[in-house]
Amino acid sequence: MNFLSNLISGLSLGSIYALIALGYTMVYGIAKMLNFAHGDIIMVGAFASIVFINNLGLPMILGVLLSIVVCVAVGVLVEKIAYKPLRSAPPLSVLITAIGVSYFLQSLAQLIFGTNQKAFPKFIQVAPVQIGELTIKGESIVTLAVTVAIMIALTLFINKTRMGKAMRAVSEDRQAAELMGISVNRTITITFAIGSALASVAGSFYGLTYSFIGPYTGSMPGIKAFVAAVFGGIGSIPGAMIGGILLGIIENMAKAYISTELSDAIVFGVLIIVLLFKPTGLLGKKINEKV
Amino acid sequence: MAERVMVPVPPKAIIPSRDVGKRPILETHHLGIEFGGLKAVDDIDFAIGPSEICGLIGPNGAGKTTVFNLLTNVYQPTRGTILLDGYDTKGLTPDRVNRMGIARTFQNIRLFSNMSVLDNVKIGLHANMKTGFLSSITHGFGYSKAEKEADEQAIELLKFFNMEHLKDHQAGALPYGAQRRLEIVRALATKPGILLLDEPAAGMNPSETAELMENIRRIRDKFNIAIMLIEHDMNLVMGICEGICVLNYGRIIAKGTPDEIKNNPKVIEAYLGKKAE
Repeated sequence: MNFLSNLISGLSLGSIYALIALGYTMVYGIAKMLNFAHGDIIMVGAFASIVFINNLGLPMILGVLLSIVVCVAVGVLVEKIAYKPLRSAPPLSVLITAIGVSYFLQSLAQLIFGTNQKAFPKFIQVAPVQIGELTIKGESIVTLAVTVAIMIALTLFINKTRMGKAMRAVSEDRQAAELMGISVNRTITITFAIGSALASVAGSFYGLTYSFIGPYTGSMPGIKAFVAAVFGGIGSIPGAMIGGILLGIIENMAKAYISTELSDAIVFGVLIIVLLFKPTGLLGKKINEKV
Repeated sequence: MAERVMVPVPPKAIIPSRDVGKRPILETHHLGIEFGGLKAVDDIDFAIGPSEICGLIGPNGAGKTTVFNLLTNVYQPTRGTILLDGYDTKGLTPDRVNRMGIARTFQNIRLFSNMSVLDNVKIGLHANMKTGFLSSITHGFGYSKAEKEADEQAIELLKFFNMEHLKDHQAGALPYGAQRRLEIVRALATKPGILLLDEPAAGMNPSETAELMENIRRIRDKFNIAIMLIEHDMNLVMGICEGICVLNYGRIIAKGTPDEIKNNPKVIEAYLGKKAE
């Protein structure tokens, strides 16, 4: 029973990682860049929720929804100001810029909110569910249900809609897509908007799980989600989902059965082992260069 | 006051006689591009009639694909102008120029190989439909009327090339010849006024090449568009092109009908080298 409840809280943590990993993997697939500021969007979303709910006294759900709007605006603005001018620059310059944006967002949050951690409102209160001896936290169930719904919607969007097809086309061959009349800039903007919205949702659930938020809150889940994206095969959407969920389960199991202090080391250790055997990740495409 | 004498200047471009009096679909004036001081292409002048099949030939490295890249705004020219259906395309992005009516294929096939054949064609159709992002979401989740229309149009196009039975196949898994044809279908789906084909017969055997020639003529007649092609297969070029431009070292060295080009000493020299004295 203990194992099952650990598995479920691992699933719920993993689904948060998966949401963040989706942002990494989509931006990498379409804009061919690693957006290391993506983790900090989580923090922006969580702080926005705190402001809307605690300071402005808005209803909880409305506050969470408005924080999505804030994150989308920040994400799109960052892309327009910092990344778009570097569209044809070497990848290393873009990477450094992304790290710069990450520090900028962290410092900005420090200036506005101070360095202390702030309590995150419990915006969802659901009674725990009791099945036999097994108790499942209400928040875990909500987190899991919402993230699964989002992932299904995203998969449908990517595979069925016109915009989704354009995104897949740009990710396969940017230049050919452009020559077929697809606006690459617009596609990249929409990718950043979707990624930031997902990060905002992840931020709210992360706040719900850990209760406290600080200016650096985004960096650790950001890095873990990046690991999850690489683990699943960066660029692959189902890969990010699977990678995120597996990572959450591994982390929780390591905490429960091995050692809380070592759990992060174990998570990254697993990544190293997986990449030794599958260098492109679980669902990553093997690229055979034609000779 | 000096006596006013006006002299006729020889026209720099040629078009088929039936297209005289119509606006050329594509026109360039003094088009050129430098890469770090090196003039890759210089002083290109030509005009293409709205129903012309035109060839662009020349030895390897002459700058033929560079001209295509300039025409589709993949490169921005360092001098000269391009008029597409009378509009200057300076500074526009390739997707804008595509929507204005120019489409192309590539020397090495560049299909969206993980997508289905049908989706490849629909990508071309969609980008050239005048609907915004919001409607693409609201319509997207249901099987909307617009989507159904796109499907029908895509299948119609595939039928024209006898490919409709392949519509659910993955594009990358098709045989080579079919991939080449699909690339042309995808380009046609963007509803161009002129289609640029970059070595369409590369890697084809003589019977496939003959079929391709037939297809190129059918495309021109059915869609009533102009076609410009780069090709090394002289049977194909001489067989279907009405006007031919010969490029060497980035400049046009000859222009004319197939017969004029065949007998032009400059062209022979460019291909075979100078006769020893």
